[in-house]
Amino acid sequence: MKKTFVFLLAMFMAYLNYAQNIEVCNTCPISTLKAAINLANDFDTITVRKGTYKEHDVLINKPLTIVGENYPVIDGELKGEIITITSDNVTVDGLFIINVGTSYTEDYAAIRVRKSKHFIIKNLVLEKLFFGIYIEKSNYGKVFHNKIIGDAVAEYNSGNGIQLWYSNHVDVEHNYVQDVRDGIYLEFADHCLIKNNVSSNNLRYGLHFMFSNDDIYEDNTFENNGAGVAVMFSKKIKMFNNIFRENWGTASYGMLLKEINDAEIIGNTFNENTIGINIEGSNRILYKNNDFINNGWAIKVRGACYTNSFLENNFLYNSFDIAYNSKVNDNVFDKNYWSSYTGYDLNKDGIGDVPYRPVKLFSYVVNRTPETIILLRSLFIDIIDFSEKVSPVFTPDNLLDHNPLTKRVTW
Amino acid sequence: MLKILKYSFFDLMRSRWSYVYFAFYLLLGIVLLFLNHDLSKAVITLMNVIIVLVPLIGTIFGVMYYYNSKEFTELLLAQPLKRSSIFLGQYLGVSLSLSMSLILGLGIPFILYGLFKSSVIWDFSLLLITGTFLTFIFTALAFNIALSNENKIKGFGYAILLWLFLAIIYDGMFLMSLIIFEDYPLDKLSLAGTMLNPIDLSRTLILLKLDISALLGYTGAIFKKFFGTNLGLIISFFTLSLWVILPVTRIVFKSKKKDF
Amino acid sequence: MVNVQNLHKKFNKNVVLGGVDLTINEGGIFAILGPNGSGKTTLIKAILGMVIPNEGDITVLGENIKKSADYRHKIDYLPQIANFPNNLRVKELIKMIKDLRGKTNEDKRLIDLFGLDPFLNKKLGTLSGGTKQKVNIVLTFMFDSPLIILDEPTTGLDPISLLHLKELIAKEKVNGKTIIITSHIMSFVEEVADEIVFLLEGKIYFKGSISELKTKTDQPDFEHAIASILTNNHA
Repeated sequence: MKKTFVFLLAMFMAYLNYAQNIEVCNTCPISTLKAAINLANDFDTITVRKGTYKEHDVLINKPLTIVGENYPVIDGELKGEIITITSDNVTVDGLFIINVGTSYTEDYAAIRVRKSKHFIIKNLVLEKLFFGIYIEKSNYGKVFHNKIIGDAVAEYNSGNGIQLWYSNHVDVEHNYVQDVRDGIYLEFADHCLIKNNVSSNNLRYGLHFMFSNDDIYEDNTFENNGAGVAVMFSKKIKMFNNIFRENWGTASYGMLLKEINDAEIIGNTFNENTIGINIEGSNRILYKNNDFINNGWAIKVRGACYTNSFLENNFLYNSFDIAYNSKVNDNVFDKNYWSSYTGYDLNKDGIGDVPYRPVKLFSYVVNRTPETIILLRSLFIDIIDFSEKVSPVFTPDNLLDHNPLTKRVTW
Repeated sequence: MLKILKYSFFDLMRSRWSYVYFAFYLLLGIVLLFLNHDLSKAVITLMNVIIVLVPLIGTIFGVMYYYNSKEFTELLLAQPLKRSSIFLGQYLGVSLSLSMSLILGLGIPFILYGLFKSSVIWDFSLLLITGTFLTFIFTALAFNIALSNENKIKGFGYAILLWLFLAIIYDGMFLMSLIIFEDYPLDKLSLAGTMLNPIDLSRTLILLKLDISALLGYTGAIFKKFFGTNLGLIISFFTLSLWVILPVTRIVFKSKKKDF
Repeated sequence: MVNVQNLHKKFNKNVVLGGVDLTINEGGIFAILGPNGSGKTTLIKAILGMVIPNEGDITVLGENIKKSADYRHKIDYLPQIANFPNNLRVKELIKMIKDLRGKTNEDKRLIDLFGLDPFLNKKLGTLSGGTKQKVNIVLTFMFDSPLIILDEPTTGLDPISLLHLKELIAKEKVNGKTIIITSHIMSFVEEVADEIVFLLEGKIYFKGSISELKTKTDQPDFEHAIASILTNNHA
């Protein structure tokens, strides 16, 4: 007990000695962030009082904690990048950063972390931005509780909300990103956690993964993005309990998987997307306990996809459950619930006695002549689908769910 | 006209077939809702039923009613009534009683199920509106067939053929022509093809509600405009109204020239 | 009362009426006769506006019938085959016709006369042919129109009802009405008709009283007179 007290006291003394608190306000002796950083020693805390600070190219090159009080505005006046962090152990908290400059040659960000470790970016509000939070070659950081509201109109002159580039072990949590190009973008970022974010109304992707391995993303909501979520050229990704909603359009997906191996996709909800999941060249993926509700195509499989398993998912009221563009099938469908299953269950064990064939002939026809989509749900189409079901000619004849459930899967 | 309408309506409302029709929908509604507990699935199944069955019943009932009440029509013709009032009255009587059976038969189980608390109410109302439109359209077409064919057997034959054509064969031909001409831009053609068949038109209306996600997957700009905005809904309803008005006009026209 | 001028009617290529001119004066009973297919019913239907002539004019009570349907207020018509909506009750049918044509109190008396009281609450589909014909007669005679047209009124009637029908016709004649009848029952026609028109192949072959017909054909009785017309023409 005594020892603890002494230790705490020592800590407190140390704090007084080494960690000073510098105040910045419009009427203070120190009225700019830049000046405060210049004056500050390592591990100082800079408190920015409410007000507007017209600054850009603010360089944080020592370990500091910068805290905004009641969201002071840092206005970059569209002149370029606003805050750049090049030191380890920097915390930026509670700022309202607006007016990032737009450039066609440089990716100006509201706040950039470059080659640093142990950073914390939290409680920021970003508006009128080009790039939002740009993590570059930096590891072991946290980005959370930020709100990024862009006004992107075209892809070529807009940037991404949160971008991780060659950065590992970064946690991105509880952020709210909308109206930028890609909500959250990861390139060469391994062992990251993307959790509890809401990414909506973005021009291109809500979340975009490239060449990033061993990441987890869970409990996120991706809504009404131009092209949904894209996960490409990555390995061992875990995707749990995310919601993909209302991603409508010609090339729009709840989720696009391209060259993804050994991933786990569990407990996600795909609701009202043109295509729930579009899969290309992805192998050994486990799809389990996902809900596919009211999508145009719940799952569209293109190209070579091997040894994937679709287990215990719910396919509810999709226009098409599964679409294949080849006759070969090496994937397993088992114990899913299909709302369009019409078989019976005589022994009442909850498993239909007749296998379900999730690929319809009509999905082939639509694939070939897209305009025929207008005949969806026509009696004639039902008839040809039925005849294909009885004796498959165009669809893979081993593509069956042998144990279709008669009740929705719950977990 | 209203008097004829009234009597035709009450005559039909008391006929065995109205009860059967009503009971069928009542049963269907109850089975779908209370045995399945899945409102969305119920709406989808109902859509399939309505698209196929309502036109069939409308055509057969219309033709049957016309032929069965031929002598009565003659009695009416000797009364101081305009011909158009007699036939429009009968036509409306048939269409209204069929629509009533449909709306009540499906409506009662859905209300009992607590439809008003559910978000499916719009889908469901759309289904009923479409069903009513189809009833009016196909009864009118049936009256046209019956007015043009004295021979009952022939009339029935044509009526069934008409239904078969519009419900199945048309779509088959439509599909074939889309596939044959797939190298050309087809979105205008496919929309036009839909407008020319009231069953397809109603199907499209329902697709707008149930399958909008899939429809928006297609690239065509006209498609996008049609399905992505209210334009599709407005044009569809307008064309459906035309599909009622045109055959009804022909009923009036044809009945004026016909000998009894 | 009724004036028919140059009436032509074809069904497809079949000439049914080929230029009929006919004037029916007010008052009296007028029978239209002729073999099957001679155009009797077509003529009546043309007068009623149910058949639309290819050519010719028809005026009823001075009004050209092409113009409106209102002249039918002045006609009571008894159709040949009475087939009513099966699900209506007798009472409702009578109410409905009254609803369409206007008020009358005659129906009660006629219902009593033909003993239809027990049937009033029955559906029309369940009635026998004779009973239906009685209902038909009630519907026709319950209004007080100057022109009455009866197409085969005796079909299916039992002797008592037939008697009642004849009484009704006689009474209307006394009231100064014009009555047009078609019938195959020659005795009935001979009994009631003042004047006859004989149609043959779409044309009027004879018009006049029965005694004139007898004189013209030189036959002692009416039936033979008719028969002689037919044999002479088909010989």
